[in-house]
Amino acid sequence: MTKQIISVTINGARQTHEVEPRLLLIHYLRETLGLTGAHIGCETSLCGACTVELNGKAIKSCSMFAVQANGAEILTIEGLASADGKLHPMQEAFWNEHALQCGFCTPGMIMVSKQLVERNPHPTDVEIREGLDGNLCRCTGYQHIVNAVRAAAKAGA
Amino acid sequence: MATTVTRIEKLVGKRLRRKEDPRLITGTATYVEDIKRPGMQHAVIVRSPHGAANIKGIDTTKAAALPGVSAIFTGKDITHVGSVVCGADLPGLRKPVHHILAQDRVYFVGHPVAVVVASDRYIAADAADLVEVDYDVTQAVTDPEKALAPGAPAVHPEWPDNTAFLYHQTGGDIDKAFADADVIIKQRITSQRLVPNAMETRGVVAEWLQADRALTLFTSTQIPHLARTILAGQLGIDENRFRLIAPEVGGGFGSKLNVYAEEALMGFITMKINKPVKWIESRRENFQVTIQGRGHVDYFELAAKRDGTMLGLRLKLIQDLGAYHQLLTPAIPTLSVLMMPGLYNFRNIDADVVGVFTNCVPTDAYRGAGRPEATHGIERMVDLLAAELNMDPAAIRFKNFVQPDQFPFPTATGLNYDSGDYGATLQKAMDMIGYDDLRKQQAAARAAGRLMGIGISTYGELCAFGPSPATPAGGWESATVRIEPTGKVTVHTGTSPHGQGQETSFAQIAADELGVPMDDIIVLHGDTAIIPYGIGTFGSRNTAVGGPALYYALQDIKEKVKKFGKMLLDAEEVTFENGVCRDPKTGKEITIQTIAGAAYRAMKLPPDTDPGLVATKFWEPSNFAFPFGAHIIVSEVDRDTGEIAIKRYVAVDDIGNQLNPLLVDGQLHGGAAQGLGQALWEQAVYDDNGQLITGEFMDYCMPRARMMPWIESSHTVTPSPVNPLGVKGVGEAGTIGSTPAMVNSVIDALSTLGVRHIDMPLTNEKIWNLVNGAKA
Repeated sequence: MTKQIISVTINGARQTHEVEPRLLLIHYLRETLGLTGAHIGCETSLCGACTVELNGKAIKSCSMFAVQANGAEILTIEGLASADGKLHPMQEAFWNEHALQCGFCTPGMIMVSKQLVERNPHPTDVEIREGLDGNLCRCTGYQHIVNAVRAAAKAGA
Repeated sequence: MATTVTRIEKLVGKRLRRKEDPRLITGTATYVEDIKRPGMQHAVIVRSPHGAANIKGIDTTKAAALPGVSAIFTGKDITHVGSVVCGADLPGLRKPVHHILAQDRVYFVGHPVAVVVASDRYIAADAADLVEVDYDVTQAVTDPEKALAPGAPAVHPEWPDNTAFLYHQTGGDIDKAFADADVIIKQRITSQRLVPNAMETRGVVAEWLQADRALTLFTSTQIPHLARTILAGQLGIDENRFRLIAPEVGGGFGSKLNVYAEEALMGFITMKINKPVKWIESRRENFQVTIQGRGHVDYFELAAKRDGTMLGLRLKLIQDLGAYHQLLTPAIPTLSVLMMPGLYNFRNIDADVVGVFTNCVPTDAYRGAGRPEATHGIERMVDLLAAELNMDPAAIRFKNFVQPDQFPFPTATGLNYDSGDYGATLQKAMDMIGYDDLRKQQAAARAAGRLMGIGISTYGELCAFGPSPATPAGGWESATVRIEPTGKVTVHTGTSPHGQGQETSFAQIAADELGVPMDDIIVLHGDTAIIPYGIGTFGSRNTAVGGPALYYALQDIKEKVKKFGKMLLDAEEVTFENGVCRDPKTGKEITIQTIAGAAYRAMKLPPDTDPGLVATKFWEPSNFAFPFGAHIIVSEVDRDTGEIAIKRYVAVDDIGNQLNPLLVDGQLHGGAAQGLGQALWEQAVYDDNGQLITGEFMDYCMPRARMMPWIESSHTVTPSPVNPLGVKGVGEAGTIGSTPAMVNSVIDALSTLGVRHIDMPLTNEKIWNLVNGAKA
């Protein structure tokens, strides 16, 4: 298969690679770049474990080819804390509120929650639950995740 | 020299955020799929698309010709590898030999037929598509009752009746109970097949080092040591040269309390090709080939007096086993039998269990494992009795509860309930939800034509599996405490937590006992090369069995610390509190950190004392622990759409003492979500040909955030006398308590329409048909 060259900015750093056109973005992130924070939970865009931010929007990276991301700016969970290790308020809130157990859905949950609060800084509980609709968690029953998003919103995340 | 830190505040019982979270919230934790080894190959498995078929031939020529393919194996290559192990036994149990790759026939969709190994996962997937398997499709049977009917297709030709085992248990005098009864309630109650769906699918990375004859295998499991013992046997290698690591594990819920064909297969492949190999299960595979839960058809008969006194319970339990046995498949329904009396004070039971082969993936332990089915059954039966006698469902429960002065309470099924106050949890839940007022609101709603329901479930659970004679694999747990020369503390636990939070709660125990800060303690688990043999994580046993093992190891090491303290202070006696040894006579003190340095430097040793500060304890409880609780759900059914709105959900759970209430809440919420999933949405559906038609998240309805109610949670605390921490276990309680509360609530809502029972899941379609059928 003819490979194509793509350039993307990931967590602030420019990356250029030759990739197969059929390479999924999630595999590019995980296998080519070694950014294993985003996970593959279903390969069908239904669980949201692979959620990353592309040009400022939370997207499911299992349902997009790497070549489609050519020229884009991508933020993954690894790029969320500041360079000195200071956690993003959403990460801090997930930790404080015990919004994770096994942690597998967590990077995707945090990325989508960050977008949720950016779009709606004062969400109601119902709005939070609707905003999380694309992401599955099998451990928490979501209650502590709702608490975390509410707390982060209050803290001005 | 270590810094001296003393701390007086106790940490056990506090809501502390978790020590394991920083790596999880930053995306830096290592799950199996994150592991790469030099030269690693990727495996993709070719699976049966048929529920039942004979294999006439397999052609791998085209697949092998694809550049990048390094090996292909089929059934004939693995005949020397041990078959998948069933660890459960019952008298007369029929155990099909389940090879890790199919031999001449397949008996469920997903049955592994061949495996393709390539340098890249995309190439391996391409090559797997090129493997040609010639099948002669035969008739399948997927419904357990149909499988028992004469003339049904045989899942295994050697056993035409599809019966794997018959199991009978009786207690008390069941015939007398029924002879004395004023009322007998009969009901068929099903508990549908469920897909555990841990968010991380299974996965394996295996690496063979020929020169050392050593295998390292990373696998997403709940039972690293047991898996190593079993896989070493299957592969014919030495257990001590076999390092099995459960890295970060992304949820299990029982589905990883197992040893699967793919784990042995990856061991076989790496030994064959002398390169590391990785296999990651796809979600579709996870649906098709990882064990499923439940799968019951139960026929209950309850005998009672007209005043509501329950006398006895009969059960005919038909367990859908699937096509073969995984690790504990046949044992699961026996747990249902044990719990069939629930929290009630009657001593007569009779249970007939039949285990049935079907052309489906095996059932096995899924969160609750047999106990949710039993609880759902008895809690439905109690409500049916209340309806029959026109009694309030709360009143009939109070009337029949085992009373606080009856503990330890011997049940008709041979258990010994450890402690409890069942009425207290129900009363508290009723007070929280305002029960009497709710019944008035309900009367008003009904008068206005609205369908409002109030559902109660009062559940009990046996968990914290031990002692050993009561378990298939050892009912104990191990813990090691190492105080390092600087006074930092390393804890090893034989449990294998994967989300439950023992890196935190066990550090709380150690911090309190040793008087060192939480941050000075780390808890390690899941690596057979580091951790002494352990049993693992299942059956709500981490805290209740692993916790006491740690507690006793800490007592041993404290004794040793005190010996060094006495010597170093030149004292006759010392106290040890808050990390400090003190001579009460002189008031002189020495810290645990200084003692640790001296214990390793060993310039001088106390009498009969070895250098170093390490203690290991293997501990086994004398009995199970029995958590209990009361859940009440208020719901309202929409007549026009069949939709169910959950208006309130109150849960009062008694799990004994709590090490970290924040983690307890998390366990209960998650458990409740899975229980509501069963009640309302989830169901694994096989068609008559053996196709799993709910084989993706698109077709299998998982609980999502907007579907879940707010859970109002509270507790009573009845310490378990079975262990020194007084804990009972919390992992499964929410799953067990929630389901019948939800179903009872909806049936209560529809009772004015004459509805007496509905089988799960309570889909909108099912409810709409009931409501509108009743109208017509």
